[in-house]
Amino acid sequence: MAVKRSIRKKLFNEDTLFSIFIYTVLCLITATVMLPILYIYGGSFAAHSEFLTRRFFLIPREWTFDAFTYLFSNERFLNSLWNSIVITGVGTFINISLTTLMAYSLSKRWLPGRAYLNFMVLFTILFAGGMIPTYLIVNSLGLINSYWAIWLTSAISPFYLIVMRGLFSNIPKELEEAGRIDGCGEFRLFWNVALPLAKPALATFTIFYLVGHWNSYFEAVLYLHDHSKMPLQVLLRQMIIQNEETLETVDEIAFSPAVPMAAIVITITPLIVIFPFFQKYFNKGFLLGSVKG
Amino acid sequence: MERTVRQAFRKPFTIMTKQSMRAKQRKQTMKLIKRAMPLYLMMLPGILFFLIFKYGPMFGLSIAFMSYDPFAGFRGSEWVGLANFERLFTERIFVDLLWNTLVLSFYDIIFYFPAPIILALLLNEVRVKMFKSTVQTILYTPHFVSWVVIVGITALLFSSQTGVVNQMLMSYGFDRVELMTEPEFFRPVWVLHNIWNGMGWDAIIYLAAISAINPQLYEAARVDGATRFQMMLHITIPSILYLIVIMFILRMAGFMDLSFTHIYLLQNPLNIGVSDVFDTYVYRAGILGGEYSYTSAVGLFKSVVGLVMVICSNYIAKKMGKEGVY
Repeated sequence: MAVKRSIRKKLFNEDTLFSIFIYTVLCLITATVMLPILYIYGGSFAAHSEFLTRRFFLIPREWTFDAFTYLFSNERFLNSLWNSIVITGVGTFINISLTTLMAYSLSKRWLPGRAYLNFMVLFTILFAGGMIPTYLIVNSLGLINSYWAIWLTSAISPFYLIVMRGLFSNIPKELEEAGRIDGCGEFRLFWNVALPLAKPALATFTIFYLVGHWNSYFEAVLYLHDHSKMPLQVLLRQMIIQNEETLETVDEIAFSPAVPMAAIVITITPLIVIFPFFQKYFNKGFLLGSVKG
Repeated sequence: MERTVRQAFRKPFTIMTKQSMRAKQRKQTMKLIKRAMPLYLMMLPGILFFLIFKYGPMFGLSIAFMSYDPFAGFRGSEWVGLANFERLFTERIFVDLLWNTLVLSFYDIIFYFPAPIILALLLNEVRVKMFKSTVQTILYTPHFVSWVVIVGITALLFSSQTGVVNQMLMSYGFDRVELMTEPEFFRPVWVLHNIWNGMGWDAIIYLAAISAINPQLYEAARVDGATRFQMMLHITIPSILYLIVIMFILRMAGFMDLSFTHIYLLQNPLNIGVSDVFDTYVYRAGILGGEYSYTSAVGLFKSVVGLVMVICSNYIAKKMGKEGVY
């Protein structure tokens, strides 16, 4: 009896120590990940003077929306924000429609030529022509300096297509047959049967495509030349990393660190807000797909 | 004897059925193709995309064997054989590019690769559900932050005059840290960014694998008096070892593909000696410098090495009795 108790006591101690260690490490990691973002969020609401008097702060003493009002009254900023919205909106729409249409068709086992088409898709994951030939093709199609260059070159992600194909092929055959008896054509089956069933997956991939477009920087630099067509990420880079005078003005606010911080906040907040809303789908849609895909 | 007779009788008969079957099959296929027409139509935009923007560039790679002249066009340019590759392999920059790529890949495998595994193991030991989901949500979030913002935040924090870190260092009498411009900081900053950005997201797949482990194993271990650390060491880690191996092989397959945008954004004239990799060189010399043929050869070299690595890794994965990647 005594021996048993001593074992249990020892176990308890070791496991408690282990737990303490784990919670401490996780808290530290979480804090390190959050700190820069919190600093940016706090700083974006701070007045210029606060950066001079206080060194490091997460919560400003006095809240001000100067940086935001300044950005939202700046034409260049508004323009690039609008460009980002257009690129992301239309781009994601093209992504999702082309990917679902193709994934649904490829999920049909009876489709003649399916194996060839599948291989055609898979091979592009393994081997790609690369930057220069793609650029030359875009150029020869006359798409340089047009958003179509971005929308079309990234129209389908082969990897998402393959995962989505797996999800569509999991849809029970009986449903399809029932629909066929009711007189549905292929497109009706896709629209009224398959798509509603694949909603979680659709939500997930919409988010992935959307994030990809919203965050993409290099495609814009590569294919667009016109300054007025540049998305937010390009403007951000000029503002912060290259330290260029991109927002023409002589106000004091323009030189406050709060302005680039506010620009970052405006860039990342939509994604951070959307994210928890879609998180419930991730575990269902994406993981299932990635395991079976 | 009897058998051959039977065969002799059967043969014309079977051939007949085969032929008729084939004809029937062909008829059926034609019927299927007819039935699949709407599906082909639905796929058409996708197929066109793959043909034009994925396979088009692959055929466009033939300019790597030309001396491409934008004005003469694809047809009018002169074939030069392997001259572009000879130039690449003899130029000193080739060694630098390869070396930088290898070192960054090495850093990635040593420092980044274990991070999501360790994180998943830690998260798995958390019993408080609220704490676990909060930590997970916070750690996913950076995955949705663009490289421009990540590099931008670093630049804001460490800018030599106004950055808060350097101001604090100076006020305590330390030297400034020129994080963004000193070449020696490039690789650590790059790998730390990767960890900050991807650790939480990549942990998902390991967590999924851990959740598939049979709970009876843990119960048996508990009866035997194992501590939780021992359970982690002897049950959890061996159970996800197959996944670790697959992820490692996948990582090896992509060792030429470093996140180009990230490197490009961190690159500046001061650290270019350590930050120049194949893709940044292709962009600089090709798009900005207009040397399309030569840089296509560089890109082709990179793609071929990548393809060979993928095939080899998949072969190894299958040899080890694990499910291949494709």
